[in-house]
Amino acid sequence: MEVPILKQGDFLIATIQAALTDADLLHLRTALLQQVVRSRSRGVIVDVTALDLMDSFASRTVQEIVHMIRLRGAETVIVGIQPEVAFAMVQLGLTLENVATALDLEEGLAYLNQKSKTIS
Amino acid sequence: MAEVQEEYAAVVLQAEPTSVLLRELVAHLRQNRTQLREEWARRITEAQLLTAMSKDEIFAEATSVYDNYVEALETETFEALQAYARNLSERIIPRGVETHEVVGIVLLLRDVLARSLFAKYRSDHTKLNRILDAYEPAANRIANTVAVGFVQERERVIRQQQEAIRELSTPVLQVRERLLILPIIGVIDPQRARQLTEQLLHGIRANRAKVVVIDITGVAAMDATVANHLVQTVEASRLLGATVIVTGLSPEIAQTLVNIGVDLGKMNTVGDLQGGIEQAERLLGYKVVPIVEAS
Repeated sequence: MEVPILKQGDFLIATIQAALTDADLLHLRTALLQQVVRSRSRGVIVDVTALDLMDSFASRTVQEIVHMIRLRGAETVIVGIQPEVAFAMVQLGLTLENVATALDLEEGLAYLNQKSKTIS
Repeated sequence: MAEVQEEYAAVVLQAEPTSVLLRELVAHLRQNRTQLREEWARRITEAQLLTAMSKDEIFAEATSVYDNYVEALETETFEALQAYARNLSERIIPRGVETHEVVGIVLLLRDVLARSLFAKYRSDHTKLNRILDAYEPAANRIANTVAVGFVQERERVIRQQQEAIRELSTPVLQVRERLLILPIIGVIDPQRARQLTEQLLHGIRANRAKVVVIDITGVAAMDATVANHLVQTVEASRLLGATVIVTGLSPEIAQTLVNIGVDLGKMNTVGDLQGGIEQAERLLGYKVVPIVEAS
């Protein structure tokens, strides 16, 4: 399943709408890395509200996406991790080190706006 | 159970079936209802059971227990009695009636009735034996039903209270827009830690919290397991986009944590709850200033 990537001002928003296969995740990663520079975005939001499970591969890929996008010159924030998912993740030791997280899309946008303000 | 059935079978082979004997027994108990019931109530008072209840109450309860008892003997079904026992327990447990009292009164009734049977069939030993064969298993079963009903009800009350204490023990409080406080008091076991984390995470979502202050002033001791739970709580909250500040680590806990080598490096700690709230306000961009009275 393809994940739609929407451009919203200076930011890109990728909303994951259903459980993704590993291949879908890798596809999302490539797509985001290409688009972030093509659309001259300063921030990326990955919305995982619809996910009720984050396994180790998904966590690692998300973490990689964040670090790779940073190398492409933009900030990423992961939004909408469900309480149960968060709890399961920490129990598995998947804590998304050095990854910005926010409660929902609104918070994520607020975070990125603030981030870009401090830079400029 | 198998034994009881065998006994029944033996009786049936000997003479009248058990049901006939039980019917005779029930007729006898109905006939002597007033007298036996009074005798029973007297014995209860004498044995100083049910001291939490008045004489009249005991008598009223004794009457309905007696009638239910006889009915159970007559119909050989225990559902009604079971329901009655549960209902009775519900009423008398809050008044402090103990298990031994309930078991005691049922055994007393058994005793009173058996004595009356002895008196009635004194002259006919075989008949007495057969009647007792029919009566004893049923009476045992009744005593069992009532006692189990009482204990089950008690356990239900205890479970309910435990649940209530647990709920009470982990309040997630909102003190400002987007600022939650979680005061932890008492012992943290893994189950409580888990529940605490779940409640906090849902609280974060429901209140859209950005900062959470976890105050552990009321936690006397902490071991590696509990410390790890705390770290997990902090990490999980961060995944939901909230910053956690831990306050009120006592000197003892600070020493233990360093000694057992738990890595709290990623945790934001402040000395006391006041400091924690102040830092949270800074993070949220609040500034608290005293009102200068206009002179």
